[in-house]
Amino acid sequence: MPAIEILGLEKTYSVGFWRKRPKRALYPLQLTVEEGEVFGFLGPNGAGKTTTLKLLMGLVFPTAGSARILGQEWTDPAVKAQIGFLPEQPYFYDYLTAHELLNYYGQLSGMPAKDRNRRVEEVFHQVGLHDVRGIQLRKFSKGMLQRVGIAQAILHDPKIVFFDEPMSGLDPMGRREVRDLMEELKQKGKTVFFSTHILSDAETLCDRVAIIHKGLLRSVGAVEELTSSVQGKVEVIWQGTEIPASIKVLGVECHLSGEHVRAIIAENQQDVFIDVLRRERQRLVSITPVRTSLESYFVEKLRHAETTAGSAV
Amino acid sequence: MNSRISHIASNTFREAVRDRVLYNLIAFALLLSGAAILVGKISIAIEKLVVINLGLTAVSLFGVVIAIFIGIGLVSKEIEKRTLYTVLSRPVRRWEFIVGKFFGLAGTLAVNTFFMALGVFLALFYVSHTFVRADALIFVALYFIILEFLIICALALLFSSFSSPLLSAVFAFSLFVVGSFAEDLRNFAAMTHGITRWLATGTAYLVPNFSAFNVITSIAHEQPVAGQLIFHNTLYAFFYALMALSGAVLIFEYRDLK
Amino acid sequence: MNSRRRTTIIASLVLVLSLAASSFVLHRADQLRPPGTLDEVLFLSSPTVIKRASLGYDGLVACIYWTRAVQYFGFRHHNYAPSYNLLAPLLEITTHLDPHLIVAYEFGSSFLAPQPPAGAGEPDRAVALMQYGIQNNPDNWRLYYDLGFVYYMELRDYKNAEEAFERGSHVPHAHPFMKIFAAQMAQHAGEYRTARMLWSATYETTQDKQIRQNAVEHLRALRADEDVKHLQEAVTRFGERTGHLPTSMAELAEAEGINGIPVDPDGQPYLLTPDGRIELRSPENFPFATRGLPPGFRPKYNAPIP
Repeated sequence: MPAIEILGLEKTYSVGFWRKRPKRALYPLQLTVEEGEVFGFLGPNGAGKTTTLKLLMGLVFPTAGSARILGQEWTDPAVKAQIGFLPEQPYFYDYLTAHELLNYYGQLSGMPAKDRNRRVEEVFHQVGLHDVRGIQLRKFSKGMLQRVGIAQAILHDPKIVFFDEPMSGLDPMGRREVRDLMEELKQKGKTVFFSTHILSDAETLCDRVAIIHKGLLRSVGAVEELTSSVQGKVEVIWQGTEIPASIKVLGVECHLSGEHVRAIIAENQQDVFIDVLRRERQRLVSITPVRTSLESYFVEKLRHAETTAGSAV
Repeated sequence: MNSRISHIASNTFREAVRDRVLYNLIAFALLLSGAAILVGKISIAIEKLVVINLGLTAVSLFGVVIAIFIGIGLVSKEIEKRTLYTVLSRPVRRWEFIVGKFFGLAGTLAVNTFFMALGVFLALFYVSHTFVRADALIFVALYFIILEFLIICALALLFSSFSSPLLSAVFAFSLFVVGSFAEDLRNFAAMTHGITRWLATGTAYLVPNFSAFNVITSIAHEQPVAGQLIFHNTLYAFFYALMALSGAVLIFEYRDLK
Repeated sequence: MNSRRRTTIIASLVLVLSLAASSFVLHRADQLRPPGTLDEVLFLSSPTVIKRASLGYDGLVACIYWTRAVQYFGFRHHNYAPSYNLLAPLLEITTHLDPHLIVAYEFGSSFLAPQPPAGAGEPDRAVALMQYGIQNNPDNWRLYYDLGFVYYMELRDYKNAEEAFERGSHVPHAHPFMKIFAAQMAQHAGEYRTARMLWSATYETTQDKQIRQNAVEHLRALRADEDVKHLQEAVTRFGERTGHLPTSMAELAEAEGINGIPVDPDGQPYLLTPDGRIELRSPENFPFATRGLPPGFRPKYNAPIP
């Protein structure tokens, strides 16, 4: 049974005050996330990631389409006990202490008092807020609020957690901790669905990713699958203080740094290039394949989307 | 009451307390004790009358202001600050949220009114040194005031469910004023004909009717309140608040939280 | 059925039912209240206090109180109420808030002074109201007229009435009839004629529908009174001449040389009773009539509300 099945959810907002114009936030979205997966939902700002999450949480209502979570209708309140949600830049009742807030949320999630007390302590340790749990949230920094947000999302030990930009507002240490936490959730067999525009996070964490841009799903797949579809490149470094004319002719971009020259070339150019270097009697230092990052894939995808945007709409 | 509603209600109450809403009691106490002392010095015969009139009017006005100013923010503020996201992504139904908020606000006002009522009785004791049987009528006036609050709470919540706090405040205050003149509106309706009569009568029944809730003056003169009036006011407040509340539920049920 | 739809259906039902229930309760509560208590209490009755409490918006508040006065009178009038205790205070508050609201004084002169059920039966307060009005609007001849009217009609105080009309006639742009009234008061002869002139003047110069309707009713009653008086005199003459009463109106008309049967302002023939009394056929249509009423008839005031 898939953890999340999105069956053609779409959303059109009407904007404007007097004469309302429709604005597409999300084109019909078809997506399935398996149980136990860490799934990355990628896209630049304003791509429709938050809209998708809000639709799944029942915070906004779809123009059309439906979804199933853990095999149940997604609007079913019973489903909500099984999921945790961290909104983007979360904000909480600032008159409460962190402890009171989690306790309140535990009550709303229907946790029995005994469980609740234990879990509240547990998650405070987990997100590193145990020492400040008695302080009112109005005194919390942005990063601390983000941690509170994560704590409340995992408080009731949900089967699926939805994180909207979980790394934003965190320092490098914090990001590291969140990454570890997500790994830990995966170990426990939980499903993690998170949106981000920071690709390195997705690259290290995700089993699969989906890329969304301008409300339209561009591609879905395992990270390796996606990146391998982009042609590989190699980095060639040799000794030298100037770039030979015969290499310039090839039109390859070369960088001089001290005694070394560095060039990035396509894999299929490699043989020709090395022949030229040998003929010029240059001393080769290294040839390394460059792993295509998700980022270059992403950029390529988006560039492609820009040019085909007209046909997609 | 289901437990989620009571949790939301108690959190709403906690918010009001922490936002120092109950500080209004200090202003109330100052006003009342000042009046009691001053009146004791100036007028001999009507000091009790003044204390009851002023005290109960202040209870009513303070409560109305609090009901409106908290009520209008109950929903819209949570949407604006996005505190609702983490509430509604839990097994909380939207109608439970509205109903919980209503009880939270009503509870806040009840507690507030309790303390103010205590103040009124203290001031009364200060000026007349004794309680008489007729003073029990003050409880009826207080009961009516609380019924009035319930209606205003529900209305403020209704406006809050679709409009900005500022507009909600304007709506709620206008309805409070219109509601206080509802009797005139109905008399006016009775004197017109045709479509005007139809519209005026409809409006007169739709706006809250507070005219029957104000018994302060007659109680100050120790005139008894008919049991029928108590019964009808109770029913009216119950149904009117229920109506406004279900309107709020209906609107909120379809609202996109942008 | 999904939970959202269920909530919608239940909430809609509750909404409709509670609206119906609250309207019903309101309706019931109105019926239970004895008519005497409906609006019979003014929470604030001091015009000065109300003026302070209106926070400078006294014009608006005056309009509200004026509306209330009109509604109060109209509503109670419609229900044959025996008294109008609040009319005087309402008008006093209105004029105190806005001393230049002339129609309020007019209303007072027409409805404050007459005895119930036609008015509140408070001629002294009516006089005081007019004097307050004159004090604040010395250039408005209409108020002198209203004052003279009350003195003449209700108090039969010809001296003061003459003075009021006289003073009013000197006001710039005063209606020419003011001088005539002053003269009439001096003679105070021909009661019917004077009264008819006064009511006609009211009818012609007012803007207020209710006041105008009231004037019409009075004019009709005056004509009927005058007719009945003349016919009754004719009956007496007939009796003196023939030694017996006329047996029919036709006989009386013939003896008096009147063409046809005499009719009242509504076109209905006057009745001649066997004991020689002239009566109105439908006395209930002439609420202000003083003659030609069947023995024991009490006018149930029912002037149509405009």
